[in-house]
Formats: sequence, C-alpha cells, structure tokens
Amino acid sequence: MKRFLDAILAIVWKDLLAERRTREIMGAMLVFALTVILIFIFAFDLSVEMRRKAAAGVIWVTLCFAGTISLNRSMSIEKDREGMDGLLLAPVDRTAIYFGKVLVNWVYILLSALIVVPVYSIFNNTNLVSWEFAGIILLGTLGYILTGTLLSMLSIQLRTRDMMLPVLLFPVVIPLLLAAVRASTIILLGGAASELHTWMLLLAGYDLLFFAVGLMVFDKLIEE
Amino acid sequence: MLTASNLYKSFGSRRVLRGVNMEIDRGEIVALIGVNGAGKSTLLRILSTLTRADGGKISLDGNSIYKDPARVRQQIGVVLHAPMLYGSLTGRENLRFFSRMFEVADAEKRISQMLSEMNLTSRAEDLVRTYSRGMQQRLSIARALLHDPQVLLMDEPLTGLDDDSIGRLNQYLRNAAQQGKSILFATHDLERACELATRADTLHRGAIRDSLPIGDISPDQLRDRYQQVTAADQRDLTERNAS
Repeated sequence: MKRFLDAILAIVWKDLLAERRTREIMGAMLVFALTVILIFIFAFDLSVEMRRKAAAGVIWVTLCFAGTISLNRSMSIEKDREGMDGLLLAPVDRTAIYFGKVLVNWVYILLSALIVVPVYSIFNNTNLVSWEFAGIILLGTLGYILTGTLLSMLSIQLRTRDMMLPVLLFPVVIPLLLAAVRASTIILLGGAASELHTWMLLLAGYDLLFFAVGLMVFDKLIEE
Repeated sequence: MLTASNLYKSFGSRRVLRGVNMEIDRGEIVALIGVNGAGKSTLLRILSTLTRADGGKISLDGNSIYKDPARVRQQIGVVLHAPMLYGSLTGRENLRFFSRMFEVADAEKRISQMLSEMNLTSRAEDLVRTYSRGMQQRLSIARALLHDPQVLLMDEPLTGLDDDSIGRLNQYLRNAAQQGKSILFATHDLERACELATRADTLHRGAIRDSLPIGDISPDQLRDRYQQVTAADQRDLTERNAS
C-alpha cells in the first residue's frame, strides 16, 4: 500500500513540478474560464435575480470545459517522448498511474474554481462563496475528473484525441452535471434540505461508482 | 534466465511474430538482428510487459511474467526508440522521478552515479527538452539502469550516440554481463553487434531463424551468414507457395 501511495505522490510531484515551470495547463484553463465567464456576464443583459439563477449553470459549464483542457494536456505530456511507456514499466500496480493523474487534474480544476467562483461573485454582485457550495464543487469536480481521466486514457491512443475526449466524456457526465447544477442552485437560491440531500447523495454515488470503475478497468484499458 | 517460447503476435491481419523461441542466460549479451519491420521492437515490447502476446509463454527465472508483472518489471530495464522522459524536468529530476517509481535505495547517490556513468553530470540541472538526441538517449539508458535490473532490453540503444558514448556504454554492458545480468539489444548494425554481443539471433519473418555464437566472427562473416539465412528462408517460402 505504501508503495502504491508513493507512486501516486511521485506522479503528482512530477506533474506539478513540470506545471510550475511551464504554467501551460493552468494558464490555458484560466484564460478560457475567465473568457467564458466574461462572455456570459456581458453578452446577456440579465437582471440580478436572473444572474443568480443562472450562476450554477454558468459555473459548472465553465469548470467542465476548462477541465477538458487539463485532462487533454496532462495526457499529452505522457504521449510526448512516450512517457506513458515509462510509467507502465514501473513495478507498481498500474492503477497508481490513474489515481496519480486523477489527483493532479483535480488540483488543476479546484484551483480554477478557486478563481472562477469569486470572479463571478464580484462581477455579479452576488455571494457564491460558502462552505456548502465548496462541498458541491469538491464532489462534482471529483466525479468529473474520475470519469475524464479514465476516458482520456482511452482517447490518448487516438489521432483525434483532443476532439474525441469531449465527445466521449460529456454524455457520460450528464447525470453528474445535472446533480451538481441542481444542488448548487438549491444552495445559491434556497430550497428544501431533503432535495439537496438527494442530489448530494447522487453526486457521492457517482464518485464512488467511477472510483470503483477506475480501479477495476484501468489496467485493462491501457493494455495494448 | 529469460525464456520466450512460441510467441505469436498479430496487429489486425498482419502477423508480426509467428512462434518466436529464445533463451537468454545470465551473463549473455544477445544481439537481435533483422531488417526493419522484422518484429524486433514488438518482441522487445512483449518481453518488457508493455504489449501482451497473442500466444506463447515468457518466463523470468522460471516464473511466468504475467503472474506477477510488477515483480518482473522491478527486474528489467528497458530502452526503447522513444526516450520515455519529460522535457519540462531536468535530467536529475527525471531520474529522481523514476527512482521513486522504482523505489531505488539511496536514490540520490545512485542518480549521481548514473549521471556520471553517462557523462551527463554537467548538464544534470538542465531541462531535458534542451538536450540533443544523443544526450536524451544517454539519459534514457541511465533511467533504464537506475534500479540495477537483472535483465536489460534495449531497442537500438546506440542510436544517436557518439563514439565515446558508445565505448562507455559497451564497457558498462560488458561489466554488467560479467556480473551475471542478461542483455538483449535489437540492432541492424552488424558491426556494433559483433563488438558487443556474445550471440546474434536473427529475427526474420516473425521467427528466430538463426542463433549464432559470435566469438571471433567478423562483421562481414556475420553479414554473410545473415544473408544466407534470410535467403534460404525466403527460398523455402517461395517453394512452399509454389507447391
């Protein structure tokens, strides 16, 4: 187990070190996310009430699209100079590679959320920052990254991988996004606690399901 | 000892390996020779657990490599065409990362030793993307040797290396073989094969057609033998097809 965790942490260390140096992924994600937020703010002349109602949808769409950039790029790094073969040759359970990549991508998307949510709050003069909303972001982004990392491993072999990932990913994450948007809306606009509980359970269930799927199929998925 | 018996591999309708049998004893340096597309790289990928064969068995010291692949990977070092390195990390950081993945004991000392062996100490703190092709190859070899593997599998390891680096690597591999390590390297450079190997196996049309102890054989003799084997094999095929 220690070896498994060491391998996960080594992958996280390697990716974050490279990112600190190049700022390729976070740079692209933030430029993209902030542009989307600004377009939503300035393209529609919405009332304050409508902006509050639209907030959850806008934020989740922004995070998902920005997340696709990190998923694609973090896999491309492994394709350059065939780094993935180097990882596959390591004497550890190969699911460590999957969970290492999940952790790295989760860090990227959470850092994006940490900037996107306050920016949206400031421009719309509405407070979106709360512990409950942070909880939804944590659960929703984790499910998205668990699924996306698995599918990006699949699409890495394809010539059209940049295009294929969203095509494969978005249909699969529809239940997750629905739950995340509904739960966020209840927190931001108020609603029944029991309904919020249901959506939160769905988010947690989705995360658990894809955690288990990753654990079971990753090794088979990457085998030639 | 690394043993492969009756290995088969196809990609779609193209049959690449058609019953490969080979054994590499401890202390042996085997050159795998063959034309482009003969299946050398595929065979090395299969032996290194990166690709699964469609049929056949591979064992390391009597244990199937599919039973506990992680344990097998701890005992093999692999150099392929691509360097398997990260351009945004320095040479030392790359080795540090792989030493963590392979749980190398006393890693920093071993990293410095490998950098020195490959004559890369002065460039150790530079990003790998600034390295020349030959330097990347040397670092890739250092990566493969980092965990002191018992078996070395190398696909054209001398590509891009200058004469000095080739001399150093040959010496390192000879020493490794003397310590009981098994080495298999693919090449189509028969001169280099004669310099280093103790045996040359010819892979032709998906199978090992000849296995020749090198001893004092010259590159020209090896070339003649290689041409005889491949020509005879081609004749057999033509006759079989005609009948």
